[in-house]
Amino acid sequence: MATQVDTSASTGAGRVASPSFWSGVWQNHAPGYLFLLPWLIGFLGLTIGPILTSFYLSFTHFDLLTAPRWAGIDNYMRMFTNDPKFAASMRVTFVFVVFSVPLKLAFALGVALLLNRGMKGLPLYRALFYLPSLLGASVAIAILWRQMFAGNGLVNQLLANFGIQGPSWISNPNTSLWTLIILAVWQFGSPMIIFLAGLRQIPQDMYEAASLDGASKWRQFWKITLPMLTPVVFFNAIIQTIEAFKSFTPAFIISGGTGGPINSTLFYTLYLYNEAFGFFRMGYASALAWVLLAIVALFTAFSFLTSKYWVHYDD
Amino acid sequence: MATSIELKQIKKAYGDVAVIHGVDLTIDPGEFTVFVGPSGCGKSTLLRMIAGLEPITGGDLLIDGQRMNEVPAAKRGIAMVFQSYALYPHMSVYQNLAFGLETARMPRPEIEKRVQRAAEILKIEPLLKRKPKQLSGGQRQRVAIGRAIVREPKIFLFDEPLSNLDAELRVAMRVEIAKLHNDLGNTMIYVTHDQVEAMTMADKIVVLRAGIIEQAGAPLELYNNPRNLFVAGFIGSPKMNFLNASVENGALVAAGTALSLGREVGGATMLGIRPEHITIAEGSGVKFADVRVDLVENLGGQTVVYATTSDGQALTIVLEGQRSVDLGSSVSAYLDPAKAHVFDAEGQAIR
Repeated sequence: MATQVDTSASTGAGRVASPSFWSGVWQNHAPGYLFLLPWLIGFLGLTIGPILTSFYLSFTHFDLLTAPRWAGIDNYMRMFTNDPKFAASMRVTFVFVVFSVPLKLAFALGVALLLNRGMKGLPLYRALFYLPSLLGASVAIAILWRQMFAGNGLVNQLLANFGIQGPSWISNPNTSLWTLIILAVWQFGSPMIIFLAGLRQIPQDMYEAASLDGASKWRQFWKITLPMLTPVVFFNAIIQTIEAFKSFTPAFIISGGTGGPINSTLFYTLYLYNEAFGFFRMGYASALAWVLLAIVALFTAFSFLTSKYWVHYDD
Repeated sequence: MATSIELKQIKKAYGDVAVIHGVDLTIDPGEFTVFVGPSGCGKSTLLRMIAGLEPITGGDLLIDGQRMNEVPAAKRGIAMVFQSYALYPHMSVYQNLAFGLETARMPRPEIEKRVQRAAEILKIEPLLKRKPKQLSGGQRQRVAIGRAIVREPKIFLFDEPLSNLDAELRVAMRVEIAKLHNDLGNTMIYVTHDQVEAMTMADKIVVLRAGIIEQAGAPLELYNNPRNLFVAGFIGSPKMNFLNASVENGALVAAGTALSLGREVGGATMLGIRPEHITIAEGSGVKFADVRVDLVENLGGQTVVYATTSDGQALTIVLEGQRSVDLGSSVSAYLDPAKAHVFDAEGQAIR
């Protein structure tokens, strides 16, 4: 090994290592780096720093008051062997992701298809449909949702008109998660806008060619629209899935921060938050955060690996 | 066997804006008809109405004598080749060719047979497994034509199919489409803005302008006997020369010279002569102008002379072979009276 020297690498390394190289960089580009400095400080101090710190903390016990105590992989061991709440939060989050993302994308695509048929006042409708997405993550909407699905809320008042006595949706563990899924689907605006842009990109003459071939609208959708839209579907699916994994505010507000009833709305992030700021188990919370990151990373990697089998790129 | 098409007072309007103003046209079975005209003349709109992609505002469209106005595009027995090719990018060439047949629920062996035959005709067999993005422009064009062939339609429609190809390929594909027409014998309609394509491919050229037919006829008929100034100027390259003219004592006067054309020229205001019908050799026709040579292009087979008459009108002359003409020199231009065109103040030809 030692005798085999890659000449190109060694010259490259020599060049990088020489002090004149760095001073040259500085002399030539000092103003640029100075302009970059505020961002660089923020990136290192507010992003990279906390990330690395949390990684370290995930191997410690830390209650914010006393210095972190090294714990090895205790936190991770506990998570996977001895924490029913972790398992519950995992289950809740997966149910939320598995249902809310496809429903939201289907709904967004459906509305985009309707809007794409060319109607008067399209910009107005587009803005109106996008509005829930702007408001959706806010505390106010979550509170509104809580009122709507409460025992004497708007939903039950409407149902009462048809003689149906609805349950208290948010305090029933069988339905509470579904109110959150509906809330997520209602915020279909952002994927819808992207779908709409994608639909606009599909050349009209492809539909004309297909209609000359006698293809029905239904067949045109499955054989042309959907395949040609797969890059956009792929993008939306990735973004929305990550969003869903990270979802926090609605569950926090609607369950009053508890994830109840009976942990039925205990989102992963909510559990993490409670561990960190309710019980001040910063080490354990950090470990939870890293596991979530790993799950999201695995999911994303898996999506990219499978994408070549179902995502069609034009050129 | 082949199919006839008849347009009777076909009209198209978008709201209040009329774009096709009552077109009458008969296309005989097996004829290769070319719609030609400047952009915005309505040629593509007319084609799309025949295809069934645009609703017909007024008049009748008859295919084999049957009214087709309300018949959906898929049931008119037509296939169309689009300017953009409109290939499905996510499907292989085979799937592109088979799409229409699968839509029609044709049995698989029959689909394979038809695709195979179309691929043979167009020499695209090695490409069947590829995606459109892996093909060159010419190959895509072939696939687009193949998609029309497999359906074995009664009528082929082409909407500027060659305009995305480079010049060399365009000439080659032009020949192939003409050959295809010979082999298949179907009725075909071809839209182009390129009058050379029209002249070389058509059995019948239909010259359109602003939603009306200016003239329809065989290519040489249009070349030899243009009905009006527009057709005269549109057909032929380089363009026909137009010189202001007047009639004095029954004789045509153009560029300060009185001409005897040996026929009636009453009401003439314009003399038209094709560049290739002018000579500068003495004794080869009637002298009609003295011109100053501004520019000479030696193309090898031809010599193109750009000149100005004594009263300042531009004149293009195409001389056969390689000729030495001096820049700035003064030469006399001669014409054959039989090949001169005369137009009245409305731009209509006087014959």
